[in-house]
Amino acid sequence: MTPYVVLSSILFTIGCVGVLTRRNAIVVFMCVELMLNASNLALVAFAKQHGNLDGQITAFFVMVVAAAEVVVGLAIIMTIFRTRRSASVDDASLLKY
Amino acid sequence: MITFWILAPIMVLAALGILFVRKAVHAALLLAVVMISLAVLYLTLQAPFLFAVQIIVYTGAILMLFLFVLMLVGVDASDSVVETIKGQRFLAILGGLLLGVVLVVGLSQMSLGAVVGLDDANANGNVSALADILFSRYVFAFEVTSALLITAALGAMVLAHRERLVPKPTQADLAAQRMQDYAASGKHPGNLPTPGVFARHNAVDTPALLPDGTASESSVSRVLAARGTVRSAPTMADDITEIEKQLGQAPHAGRDASAPATTEEEAPAT
Repeated sequence: MTPYVVLSSILFTIGCVGVLTRRNAIVVFMCVELMLNASNLALVAFAKQHGNLDGQITAFFVMVVAAAEVVVGLAIIMTIFRTRRSASVDDASLLKY
Repeated sequence: MITFWILAPIMVLAALGILFVRKAVHAALLLAVVMISLAVLYLTLQAPFLFAVQIIVYTGAILMLFLFVLMLVGVDASDSVVETIKGQRFLAILGGLLLGVVLVVGLSQMSLGAVVGLDDANANGNVSALADILFSRYVFAFEVTSALLITAALGAMVLAHRERLVPKPTQADLAAQRMQDYAASGKHPGNLPTPGVFARHNAVDTPALLPDGTASESSVSRVLAARGTVRSAPTMADDITEIEKQLGQAPHAGRDASAPATTEEEAPAT
Protein backbone atom coordinates (compact mmCIF):
# COMPACT_ATOMS: atom_id res chain seq x y z
CA MET A 1 0.00 0.00 0.00
CA THR A 2 3.01 2.31 0.39
CA PRO A 3 3.05 3.40 -3.30
CA TYR A 4 -0.58 4.49 -3.05
CA VAL A 5 0.09 6.56 0.04
CA VAL A 6 3.22 8.08 -1.53
CA LEU A 7 1.21 8.99 -4.66
CA SER A 8 -1.45 10.51 -2.46
CA SER A 9 1.13 12.62 -0.63
CA ILE A 10 2.68 13.76 -3.92
CA LEU A 11 -0.74 14.83 -5.22
CA PHE A 12 -1.43 16.60 -1.92
CA THR A 13 1.84 18.48 -2.16
CA ILE A 14 1.12 19.55 -5.73
CA GLY A 15 -2.31 20.79 -4.68
CA CYS A 16 -0.74 22.67 -1.78
CA VAL A 17 1.79 24.43 -4.02
CA GLY A 18 -1.00 25.23 -6.47
CA VAL A 19 -3.09 26.92 -3.78
CA LEU A 20 -0.08 29.02 -2.77
CA THR A 21 1.14 30.03 -6.21
CA ARG A 22 -1.84 30.32 -8.55
CA ARG A 23 -3.73 33.62 -8.78
CA ASN A 24 -6.97 32.65 -10.49
CA ALA A 25 -9.52 31.89 -7.77
CA ILE A 26 -11.05 29.04 -9.80
CA VAL A 27 -7.69 27.33 -10.29
CA VAL A 28 -6.97 27.76 -6.57
CA PHE A 29 -10.27 26.02 -5.95
CA MET A 30 -9.32 23.19 -8.30
CA CYS A 31 -6.11 22.70 -6.35
CA VAL A 32 -8.15 22.43 -3.13
CA GLU A 33 -10.17 19.71 -4.85
CA LEU A 34 -6.93 17.99 -5.80
CA MET A 35 -5.87 17.95 -2.15
CA LEU A 36 -9.23 16.49 -1.11
CA ASN A 37 -8.88 13.80 -3.77
CA ALA A 38 -5.37 12.98 -2.59
CA SER A 39 -6.57 12.48 0.97
CA ASN A 40 -9.41 10.31 -0.35
CA LEU A 41 -6.88 8.08 -2.08
CA ALA A 42 -5.00 7.62 1.20
CA LEU A 43 -8.25 6.81 3.01
CA VAL A 44 -9.27 4.18 0.47
CA ALA A 45 -5.76 2.70 0.41
CA PHE A 46 -5.74 2.33 4.21
CA ALA A 47 -9.23 0.83 4.08
CA LYS A 48 -7.79 -1.98 1.98
CA GLN A 49 -4.68 -2.18 4.16
CA HIS A 50 -6.69 -2.80 7.31
CA GLY A 51 -9.56 -4.73 5.73
CA ASN A 52 -11.98 -2.19 7.17
CA LEU A 53 -14.62 -0.27 5.24
CA ASP A 54 -14.61 2.77 7.53
CA GLY A 55 -12.00 4.42 5.32
CA GLN A 56 -14.27 4.13 2.30
CA ILE A 57 -17.19 5.60 4.27
CA THR A 58 -15.00 8.53 5.28
CA ALA A 59 -13.93 9.06 1.66
CA PHE A 60 -17.62 9.06 0.72
CA PHE A 61 -18.35 11.75 3.31
CA VAL A 62 -15.38 13.77 2.06
CA MET A 63 -16.89 13.68 -1.42
CA VAL A 64 -20.27 14.89 -0.13
CA VAL A 65 -18.69 17.72 1.83
CA ALA A 66 -16.55 18.63 -1.19
CA ALA A 67 -19.67 18.86 -3.35
CA ALA A 68 -21.33 21.22 -0.86
CA GLU A 69 -18.14 23.24 -0.53
CA VAL A 70 -17.76 23.63 -4.29
CA VAL A 71 -21.32 24.91 -4.61
CA VAL A 72 -20.83 27.63 -2.01
CA GLY A 73 -17.27 28.45 -3.09
CA LEU A 74 -18.14 28.89 -6.73
CA ALA A 75 -21.14 31.01 -5.78
CA ILE A 76 -18.79 33.26 -3.78
CA ILE A 77 -16.38 33.47 -6.73
CA MET A 78 -19.28 34.39 -9.01
CA THR A 79 -20.44 37.11 -6.63
CA ILE A 80 -16.92 38.56 -6.35
CA PHE A 81 -16.55 38.43 -10.13
CA ARG A 82 -19.85 40.21 -10.59
CA THR A 83 -18.90 43.12 -8.36
CA ARG A 84 -15.17 43.37 -9.11
CA ARG A 85 -15.01 42.02 -12.70
CA SER A 86 -12.03 39.85 -11.77
CA ALA A 87 -11.44 36.30 -10.58
CA SER A 88 -7.96 36.97 -9.28
CA VAL A 89 -7.39 36.34 -5.59
CA ASP A 90 -5.06 39.34 -5.38
CA ASP A 91 -7.74 41.84 -6.36
CA ALA A 92 -9.96 41.07 -3.37
CA SER A 93 -7.80 42.97 -0.89
CA LEU A 94 -10.15 45.63 0.47
CA LEU A 95 -9.67 44.51 4.07
CA LYS A 96 -5.95 45.20 3.80
CA TYR A 97 -6.20 48.98 3.80
CA MET B 1 -0.31 -3.06 -9.40
CA ILE B 2 0.31 -2.66 -13.16
CA THR B 3 -2.67 -0.30 -13.31
CA PHE B 4 -1.15 1.74 -10.55
CA TRP B 5 2.25 2.08 -12.23
CA ILE B 6 0.60 3.11 -15.50
CA LEU B 7 -1.76 5.62 -13.91
CA ALA B 8 0.49 7.12 -11.25
CA PRO B 9 2.86 8.93 -13.69
CA ILE B 10 -0.13 10.16 -15.69
CA MET B 11 -1.74 11.54 -12.56
CA VAL B 12 1.41 13.22 -11.31
CA LEU B 13 2.07 14.78 -14.72
CA ALA B 14 -1.51 15.99 -15.04
CA ALA B 15 -1.42 17.41 -11.51
CA LEU B 16 1.86 19.20 -12.27
CA GLY B 17 0.23 20.51 -15.43
CA ILE B 18 -2.43 22.22 -13.30
CA LEU B 19 0.39 24.24 -11.73
CA PHE B 20 1.87 25.36 -15.03
CA VAL B 21 -0.90 25.80 -17.60
CA ARG B 22 -1.95 29.38 -18.16
CA LYS B 23 -5.62 28.87 -19.02
CA ALA B 24 -8.08 27.78 -16.37
CA VAL B 25 -9.95 25.55 -18.86
CA HIS B 26 -6.82 23.49 -19.42
CA ALA B 27 -6.39 23.17 -15.66
CA ALA B 28 -9.96 21.88 -15.41
CA LEU B 29 -9.35 19.27 -18.13
CA LEU B 30 -6.12 18.13 -16.45
CA LEU B 31 -8.02 17.85 -13.18
CA ALA B 32 -10.52 15.62 -15.00
CA VAL B 33 -7.64 13.35 -16.04
CA VAL B 34 -6.49 13.12 -12.42
CA MET B 35 -9.98 12.39 -11.16
CA ILE B 36 -10.78 9.67 -13.68
CA SER B 37 -7.41 7.99 -13.05
CA LEU B 38 -8.19 8.19 -9.35
CA ALA B 39 -11.53 6.47 -9.98
CA VAL B 40 -9.71 3.60 -11.71
CA LEU B 41 -7.32 3.38 -8.75
CA TYR B 42 -10.36 3.07 -6.45
CA LEU B 43 -11.39 0.08 -8.53
CA THR B 44 -8.01 -1.57 -7.96
CA LEU B 45 -8.38 -0.81 -4.24
CA GLN B 46 -11.61 -2.84 -4.12
CA ALA B 47 -13.89 0.17 -3.85
CA PRO B 48 -16.31 -0.15 -6.80
CA PHE B 49 -18.91 2.10 -5.13
CA LEU B 50 -16.42 4.93 -4.72
CA PHE B 51 -15.32 4.34 -8.33
CA ALA B 52 -18.84 5.11 -9.51
CA VAL B 53 -19.29 8.02 -7.10
CA GLN B 54 -15.94 9.51 -8.09
CA ILE B 55 -16.90 9.53 -11.75
CA ILE B 56 -20.50 10.65 -11.27
CA VAL B 57 -20.09 13.21 -8.49
CA TYR B 58 -16.56 14.47 -8.97
CA THR B 59 -15.92 14.28 -12.68
CA GLY B 60 -19.55 14.59 -13.68
CA ALA B 61 -20.98 17.16 -11.31
CA ILE B 62 -18.22 19.11 -9.60
CA LEU B 63 -15.93 19.47 -12.59
CA MET B 64 -18.83 20.44 -14.85
CA LEU B 65 -19.75 23.07 -12.27
CA PHE B 66 -16.19 24.36 -12.53
CA LEU B 67 -16.44 24.54 -16.31
CA PHE B 68 -19.83 26.22 -16.04
CA VAL B 69 -18.44 28.94 -13.79
CA LEU B 70 -15.39 29.30 -16.05
CA MET B 71 -17.76 29.88 -18.94
CA LEU B 72 -19.58 32.60 -16.99
CA VAL B 73 -16.41 34.24 -15.74
CA GLY B 74 -14.73 34.13 -19.14
CA VAL B 75 -12.30 31.49 -20.33
CA ASP B 76 -9.49 33.93 -20.98
CA ALA B 77 -9.37 35.26 -17.44
CA SER B 78 -5.81 34.02 -17.19
CA ASP B 79 -3.37 34.37 -14.33
CA SER B 80 -1.26 37.43 -13.80
CA VAL B 81 2.40 36.73 -13.15
CA VAL B 82 2.92 39.78 -10.95
CA GLU B 83 3.90 38.92 -7.41
CA THR B 84 1.97 40.83 -4.77
CA ILE B 85 4.13 39.60 -1.91
CA LYS B 86 7.83 39.61 -2.67
CA GLY B 87 9.37 36.14 -2.89
CA GLN B 88 6.03 34.48 -2.20
CA ARG B 89 6.16 32.16 -5.20
CA PHE B 90 9.70 31.03 -4.45
CA LEU B 91 8.92 30.41 -0.79
CA ALA B 92 5.73 28.57 -1.69
CA ILE B 93 7.58 26.25 -4.06
CA LEU B 94 10.34 25.73 -1.49
CA GLY B 95 7.82 24.94 1.23
CA GLY B 96 5.93 22.62 -1.10
CA LEU B 97 9.11 20.75 -2.02
CA LEU B 98 10.00 20.46 1.65
CA LEU B 99 6.55 19.10 2.50
CA GLY B 100 6.70 16.66 -0.40
CA VAL B 101 10.17 15.38 0.50
CA VAL B 102 9.26 14.97 4.17
CA LEU B 103 6.04 13.13 3.31
CA VAL B 104 7.57 10.86 0.70
CA VAL B 105 10.69 10.01 2.72
CA GLY B 106 8.68 9.49 5.88
CA LEU B 107 6.05 7.34 4.22
CA SER B 108 8.51 5.21 2.29
CA GLN B 109 10.36 4.40 5.50
CA MET B 110 7.30 3.22 7.35
CA SER B 111 6.34 -0.40 7.19
CA LEU B 112 2.64 -1.13 6.91
CA GLY B 113 2.74 -4.89 7.28
CA ALA B 114 0.74 -7.37 5.29
CA VAL B 115 -2.30 -6.12 3.39
CA VAL B 116 -5.48 -7.52 4.94
CA GLY B 117 -7.58 -6.88 1.87
CA LEU B 118 -11.31 -6.27 1.67
CA ASP B 119 -12.38 -9.72 0.44
CA ASP B 120 -14.00 -10.53 3.79
CA ALA B 121 -15.64 -7.15 4.22
CA ASN B 122 -16.87 -7.14 0.62
CA ALA B 123 -18.21 -10.71 0.80
CA ASN B 124 -21.83 -9.61 0.21
CA GLY B 125 -20.85 -6.95 -2.27
CA ASN B 126 -19.16 -3.62 -1.63
CA VAL B 127 -22.32 -1.54 -1.88
CA SER B 128 -24.35 -3.51 0.65
CA ALA B 129 -21.40 -3.69 3.02
CA LEU B 130 -21.00 0.10 2.81
CA ALA B 131 -24.75 0.55 3.30
CA ASP B 132 -24.65 -1.66 6.43
CA ILE B 133 -22.03 0.57 8.02
CA LEU B 134 -23.47 3.84 6.70
CA PHE B 135 -26.96 3.20 8.06
CA SER B 136 -25.86 1.82 11.41
CA ARG B 137 -22.71 3.33 12.83
CA TYR B 138 -22.64 6.48 10.66
CA VAL B 139 -26.37 7.12 10.43
CA PHE B 140 -26.16 10.37 12.42
CA ALA B 141 -23.37 11.72 10.21
CA PHE B 142 -25.42 10.69 7.19
CA GLU B 143 -28.46 12.61 8.42
CA VAL B 144 -26.35 15.65 9.27
CA THR B 145 -25.03 15.55 5.71
CA SER B 146 -28.53 16.27 4.44
CA ALA B 147 -28.61 19.42 6.57
CA LEU B 148 -25.23 20.39 5.11
CA LEU B 149 -26.46 19.89 1.55
CA ILE B 150 -29.59 21.97 2.14
CA THR B 151 -27.51 24.70 3.75
CA ALA B 152 -25.13 24.69 0.78
CA ALA B 153 -27.99 24.92 -1.71
CA LEU B 154 -29.59 27.78 0.24
CA GLY B 155 -26.24 29.53 0.56
CA ALA B 156 -25.64 29.33 -3.17
CA MET B 157 -29.12 30.73 -3.83
CA VAL B 158 -28.60 33.61 -1.40
CA LEU B 159 -25.20 34.42 -2.90
CA ALA B 160 -26.45 34.27 -6.48
CA HIS B 161 -29.60 36.25 -5.76
CA ARG B 162 -29.66 39.88 -6.75
CA GLU B 163 -32.29 42.21 -5.39
CA ARG B 164 -34.03 44.31 -8.04
CA LEU B 165 -33.36 47.94 -7.14
CA VAL B 166 -35.36 49.58 -9.92
CA PRO B 167 -38.65 48.37 -11.40
CA LYS B 168 -38.36 46.36 -14.59
CA PRO B 169 -38.84 48.65 -17.64
CA THR B 170 -41.91 47.81 -19.66
CA GLN B 171 -42.15 47.84 -23.45
CA ALA B 172 -43.81 51.27 -23.34
CA ASP B 173 -40.91 52.61 -21.26
CA LEU B 174 -38.38 51.21 -23.72
CA ALA B 175 -40.20 52.74 -26.68
CA ALA B 176 -40.36 56.14 -24.95
CA GLN B 177 -36.66 55.87 -24.14
CA ARG B 178 -35.84 55.12 -27.79
CA MET B 179 -37.76 58.16 -28.97
CA GLN B 180 -36.06 60.31 -26.32
CA ASP B 181 -32.65 59.08 -27.50
CA TYR B 182 -33.62 59.94 -31.06
CA ALA B 183 -34.63 63.45 -30.04
CA ALA B 184 -31.56 64.00 -27.90
CA SER B 185 -28.71 62.41 -29.86
CA GLY B 186 -30.21 61.40 -33.17
CA LYS B 187 -29.75 57.69 -32.49
CA HIS B 188 -31.77 55.67 -34.94
CA PRO B 189 -34.89 54.38 -33.17
CA GLY B 190 -35.37 51.36 -35.42
CA ASN B 191 -33.58 48.03 -35.30
CA LEU B 192 -29.86 47.79 -36.00
CA PRO B 193 -28.62 46.91 -39.49
CA THR B 194 -28.16 43.19 -40.03
CA PRO B 195 -24.69 41.78 -40.72
CA GLY B 196 -23.62 40.51 -44.11
CA VAL B 197 -22.28 42.16 -47.27
CA PHE B 198 -24.92 41.89 -49.94
CA ALA B 199 -25.17 38.37 -51.31
CA ARG B 200 -21.54 37.34 -51.00
CA HIS B 201 -21.28 36.90 -47.23
CA ASN B 202 -24.10 36.80 -44.77
CA ALA B 203 -22.13 35.48 -41.82
CA VAL B 204 -22.63 37.27 -38.51
CA ASP B 205 -18.98 38.30 -38.38
CA THR B 206 -19.21 40.24 -41.63
CA PRO B 207 -20.24 43.84 -41.13
CA ALA B 208 -22.90 45.38 -43.29
CA LEU B 209 -21.76 48.01 -45.75
CA LEU B 210 -23.26 51.44 -45.73
CA PRO B 211 -24.12 53.10 -49.05
CA ASP B 212 -20.82 55.00 -49.02
CA GLY B 213 -18.84 51.76 -48.78
CA THR B 214 -17.80 51.93 -45.15
CA ALA B 215 -18.53 49.11 -42.74
CA SER B 216 -21.34 49.69 -40.26
CA GLU B 217 -20.00 48.96 -36.78
CA SER B 218 -23.43 48.60 -35.27
CA SER B 219 -24.27 45.66 -37.53
CA VAL B 220 -21.96 43.16 -35.79
CA SER B 221 -22.24 41.93 -32.26
CA ARG B 222 -20.21 43.78 -29.63
CA VAL B 223 -18.86 40.42 -28.41
CA LEU B 224 -17.36 39.63 -31.81
CA ALA B 225 -15.85 43.09 -32.02
CA ALA B 226 -14.30 42.68 -28.57
CA ARG B 227 -12.80 39.33 -29.58
CA GLY B 228 -11.43 40.89 -32.74
CA THR B 229 -12.93 38.29 -35.04
CA VAL B 230 -14.90 40.67 -37.23
CA ARG B 231 -14.03 40.26 -40.88
CA SER B 232 -13.03 43.43 -42.57
CA ALA B 233 -14.99 44.50 -45.59
CA PRO B 234 -12.02 45.76 -47.69
CA THR B 235 -10.39 42.29 -47.72
CA MET B 236 -13.54 40.96 -49.29
CA ALA B 237 -13.30 43.65 -51.91
CA ASP B 238 -9.75 42.39 -52.54
CA ASP B 239 -11.32 39.01 -53.16
CA ILE B 240 -13.56 40.53 -55.77
CA THR B 241 -10.74 42.34 -57.55
CA GLU B 242 -8.72 39.10 -57.51
CA ILE B 243 -11.51 37.22 -59.21
CA GLU B 244 -12.03 40.02 -61.67
CA LYS B 245 -8.34 39.93 -62.53
CA GLN B 246 -8.54 36.21 -63.15
CA LEU B 247 -11.50 36.74 -65.40
CA GLY B 248 -9.48 39.32 -67.27
CA GLN B 249 -11.98 42.05 -66.76
CA ALA B 250 -10.89 45.57 -66.42
CA PRO B 251 -11.80 47.07 -63.08
CA HIS B 252 -14.66 49.46 -63.07
CA ALA B 253 -13.77 53.01 -63.66
CA GLY B 254 -13.86 55.24 -60.62
CA ARG B 255 -13.65 52.40 -58.08
CA ASP B 256 -10.75 51.85 -55.74
CA ALA B 257 -10.13 49.05 -53.26
CA SER B 258 -10.95 51.18 -50.26
CA ALA B 259 -14.53 51.62 -51.38
CA PRO B 260 -15.72 48.06 -51.74
CA ALA B 261 -19.40 48.82 -51.60
CA THR B 262 -19.46 49.94 -55.19
CA THR B 263 -19.12 46.39 -56.43
CA GLU B 264 -22.66 46.08 -57.63
CA GLU B 265 -23.09 44.36 -60.93
CA GLU B 266 -23.59 46.57 -63.84
CA ALA B 267 -27.06 46.28 -65.17
CA PRO B 268 -27.00 44.06 -68.24
CA ALA B 269 -27.58 46.00 -71.39
CA THR B 270 -31.00 45.30 -72.69
